[in-house]
Amino acid sequence: MRRVATAALLVGCSLLLAAPATAQTIAITGGNVAIGDGSEPIRGGTVLIREGRVVAAGAQVSVPAEATVIDATGRWVTPGMVAGFSRLGLADVDAVEGSNDISANGPFSAALDIAPALNPNAQPVAINRADGVTRAIVAPAVGRSIFAGQGALIDTGADLEPVTRARLFQYVELGEEGASEAGGSRASAHVLLRNALREASELSRFASPIRGGGARQRPGVPENPTDPKLLTSDAQRSDDVLLTRFDAAALVPVLRGQQILMVHANRSTDLLQVIGLRREFPNLKLVIVGADEGWMIADRLAASGIPVIASALTNLPGSFESLAATQSNIGRMRQSGVKVAIGTVDDDDPRMAFRVRWYAGNLVGLSKIPGAAGLSWGEALRMVTSAPADAVGLGAEVGSLQPGRRGDVVIWSGDPLDNGSIPEVVLIDGVRQPLENRQTKLRDRYRDLQRRELPEAYRR
Amino acid sequence: MRNLKLVAVASAAAATLAACATTGKPAAPAVRINADPYPSTYQPYAGAPTLIRNVTIFDGEGGQINGGSVLLADGKVQAVGTDVQAPAGAIVIDGAGKYVTPGIIDVHSHLGDYPSPAVQAHQDGNEATGPARPEVWAEHSVWPQDPGFSRALTNGGVTALQILPGSANLFGGRSVTLKNVPARTVQGMKFPGAPYGLKMACGENPKRVYGSRNTMPSTRMGNIAVTRQTWLQAQAYKRKWDAYQKKGGDMPSRDLAMETLSGVLAGDILVHNHCYRADEMAIMIDLSKEMGYKIGTFHHAVESYKIADLLAREGICSAMWADWYGFKMESYDAIRENIPFVHNAGACAIVHSDDPNGIQRLNQEAAKALTAGRRTGVEISEATAWTWLSANPAKALGIFDKTGSLRPGKMADVVLWNGNPFSNYSRPERVWIDGAEMYNAASPNKRPVSDFELGQVGEGDVK
Repeated sequence: MRRVATAALLVGCSLLLAAPATAQTIAITGGNVAIGDGSEPIRGGTVLIREGRVVAAGAQVSVPAEATVIDATGRWVTPGMVAGFSRLGLADVDAVEGSNDISANGPFSAALDIAPALNPNAQPVAINRADGVTRAIVAPAVGRSIFAGQGALIDTGADLEPVTRARLFQYVELGEEGASEAGGSRASAHVLLRNALREASELSRFASPIRGGGARQRPGVPENPTDPKLLTSDAQRSDDVLLTRFDAAALVPVLRGQQILMVHANRSTDLLQVIGLRREFPNLKLVIVGADEGWMIADRLAASGIPVIASALTNLPGSFESLAATQSNIGRMRQSGVKVAIGTVDDDDPRMAFRVRWYAGNLVGLSKIPGAAGLSWGEALRMVTSAPADAVGLGAEVGSLQPGRRGDVVIWSGDPLDNGSIPEVVLIDGVRQPLENRQTKLRDRYRDLQRRELPEAYRR
Repeated sequence: MRNLKLVAVASAAAATLAACATTGKPAAPAVRINADPYPSTYQPYAGAPTLIRNVTIFDGEGGQINGGSVLLADGKVQAVGTDVQAPAGAIVIDGAGKYVTPGIIDVHSHLGDYPSPAVQAHQDGNEATGPARPEVWAEHSVWPQDPGFSRALTNGGVTALQILPGSANLFGGRSVTLKNVPARTVQGMKFPGAPYGLKMACGENPKRVYGSRNTMPSTRMGNIAVTRQTWLQAQAYKRKWDAYQKKGGDMPSRDLAMETLSGVLAGDILVHNHCYRADEMAIMIDLSKEMGYKIGTFHHAVESYKIADLLAREGICSAMWADWYGFKMESYDAIRENIPFVHNAGACAIVHSDDPNGIQRLNQEAAKALTAGRRTGVEISEATAWTWLSANPAKALGIFDKTGSLRPGKMADVVLWNGNPFSNYSRPERVWIDGAEMYNAASPNKRPVSDFELGQVGEGDVK
C-alpha cells in the first residue's frame, strides 16, 4: 500500500508506517463473515471499511449511503491470511542465488535488517496475494551465526512498499541449526547467545540514552529508537568482544525488551532452555518458532506466556530434535493454554504461505480422529489470522475484522479452510488488489493449444 | 520382470558349460540370466470377509455409486454395487456419510531411500558419482523402518508406492514398487509381479551436479548427448545378448547398467522420466523414438499443460503436483491448472508427491487441482479425478491389472474415508491392503509403529 512519507515514531517501539488515508468507504454485505478472533462465522454479515480500516463487522452493521457496496451473498468473508512465519518477498526463485536474499555469509548477523532486501515484485508475493495471504511475518535465515538478523511484518499489496513494521524481531537459532552455526553444540550456541547479550549490555551501558521522537538528529545520521547502532559510535567497548559493533548494537533493543527475540527451537529440552532465558534476562520479549515437541511441555509454555508459532502438520521425526512431532501438537498446546499460531516453519517458507488456510482446515479434520487434538473451525481460522499477529504484538493492527484493524479482507468463493474455495476479492488496507500473476497469464495463454495465426508468444 | 523369459541359472556354472563356437561343435545353449534375483517375499496378511455398505463409492475408474456397498473377501474385491449381500459371518460396516475408494498409489516417493530422520547416514537416494548409473537399484537403498510409510498409510490412505532413485543423474537407476505394508526387509514389501522402472532425469539437476565438478554434462545439450551415447551402448549390448540368447555360444560379459537399459529397450522396464519443461519433454520424446524405447511417465511435469496435446498423442502420463512452483528455475512456469488441463486434453494425469508430507495428502492435492480447473471452466467430476490417484498411477506402474480400482477380482486395496476425501476435513478411517485391515483410526493396535520410533517419545502417538 502506498504509504505517507512521514513515519509515526513511537517511543520504545518499531517504526510504524502509516496506511494510506483513503477516504473510501466499502461495505461487504451478505457474506458468511468470520472475524478471525476464534468465533464461528456469522451468516449474512456485513464488513464496513473506512479509510483503509475496519469500522465494523458482524450481523447488525448498517451500511452508510456513501459506501461502495460489494455483494458477498453466498460467499465467505474473512480477514486476509497472516503468514505466521515465512520468507515471503526474500526470494523470487529459491535456487536462483541473485533473486534470493534469505541468508548471508557476510561479516554481519544480528545487524542485518531484511527491509531493504524485500522484493514485492517477486512472484511469490503476487501468488500468495492471489490466494488470500495479505500479511506475512518474514524472517531472515542464519548464515554464519546463530543470529539471522531482523525480520519484519509485510503486506502483499501490489506496490513497492511492502513493509508494515520493520525490525519487528531479531531471529536466533537455538536448536540443531543453532548448534551447527555455533560450532557444533548446543552448549556453544547458548554461550554465544549470552556473550552476545553481554556485549549488547556493555554497549548499552556506555551508549547515550535512547531518545524518542523529536530527538536531535546529527547531520547525516538517521536516528531510530530501536536501532541504536548508529547512535552509539562513541560508546566504549572492551577488547573482549566477538561481535561487530553493529551486531552488538542491534541486540540492545532485544536486551531491553524493545524488540522481540524470535527463537527457533523444536526439542522439548531446547524449549525449556528458551523459557529459562527470562530468568537471566527478564526483559526479553520472546516468541518461539517451531516447537515441534511443544506439546510435551505445553503446561510450561502456557505458564511462560511465550507465544509459539508452529507448523501445523509436521508429524515426521525429520531430525532428532523433532522425534515427538505430531499433528496434534497445535491442538494440544492450545488445550493447555499456550498462545499458539500457525506458520510455515521450514516448509517452503519463501513461497507456500498460502497453504496455511488448508493446514488450518486439516486441524479441523483432525478433531474427528480418536486420540488426536484438532481445532474448531473458528479457532483454526484464528490460527492463521489474528493469532500470528498477536504473537508479534500486532493483533490490534492486523489479523482480524475487529474495529480498528487494517482493512485486509478476503471474499472467498466458499469455506476458505477447505480445498474447494478460491479468493474472489482481496483488499489490503482497504484497497482492492489485482489477482493476476504469471501463473494466471500462463494459464490463459495455454488454455487452448490450437494453432492460431500467430505463435503463443503473441497471446496475452 | 515376470514376463522376461529368462529364468535363474548360476552364471558361474554357465561359463563352464559354454562351448567354443570356433571348434565346429554345436554352440552350447544360452545361459538364462535370473531377472528377479531379489524376489518379493510379500505375503498378504489375513483379512476377514468385510462388507462396507451405505457408502459413497469412487470406483477408481471414473464411476460413482451413492449408497453403495463393497465386499472384500479372500484378499480381493468381490463385489461393488448397490445390491451386495454380506456372506454369513462377514464384518458389516455401515458407512453412512463416508466414502470408499481404491487405495491411493503414489508413483513418486523417496520413502526409504531418503527416510526420516533425514540424517546424512540415510541419504541413499542419489548415486551421484556418475551421470549414468542405471546399474543401481532403489530397493537396495530402501530402509523399511522409515516412519514415513506409516504416515502415508494412516493419513494418506496410500496402499502402494513407487520408490525412485533421485534425479542427480541422467540415469538414476531402477525403481521399486512396494505394498505399503510394514516388513522387516524390503523384499517383504515388494509388490508381487510389479515390473521394474527406470528413473531418468533431464534439466537442471544432472547438469548442476556434474557441471559443478567440471565434468560432463554441464549443459542441457550435454545432458542429451550423454543420454544418447548411453543408449547407443545399450543397443550394442542388447544386440550382443539377443544374438547370444538366440544362438548360444560364449556368454558375453554381464553389465548391470546395460542390463537395465536392455530391459527398457525390450519393453520390460518402464521409464519414469523426471522432466519439468515442455521443450525438454519434447526432446526426450524424440530421443526415445530415436533410441527405440517408450517413455511411460514424465515426473514433476510442471509444464505439461504447454504440450498436453503432444502428451495425449504419445500416450505418456504426467505425474504432477497441484501447486508447487518457483523453487528452481525449471519450476517457474508451474500453474495451478496443470493437472486439469492435462486431463482435459485427453492425456494421462497423475497426482504425485515426491515428498513425505505431500504423500499424506495426495487426495487434497487432487482436490486443489479440481478447484483450479473449475475456476477456468474445466469441470471434472470427483469420481473421474480419483483416476489421478489410483488407476492412472497403477497404469504407469504396470500394476493396473492387479490394483488401482475396485473391479472385482483385484487386490482389496481399499480406503474407507470418514467424509468426502476431496475435503480437508476428511481422513482415512480404515485402510485394507489385500483385504487385511492395516489401519483403523479407532484402534491403537491397528496403527503401525516403526522400529525407529519404538522407545522414543511419542511412540504410538496419533501422528
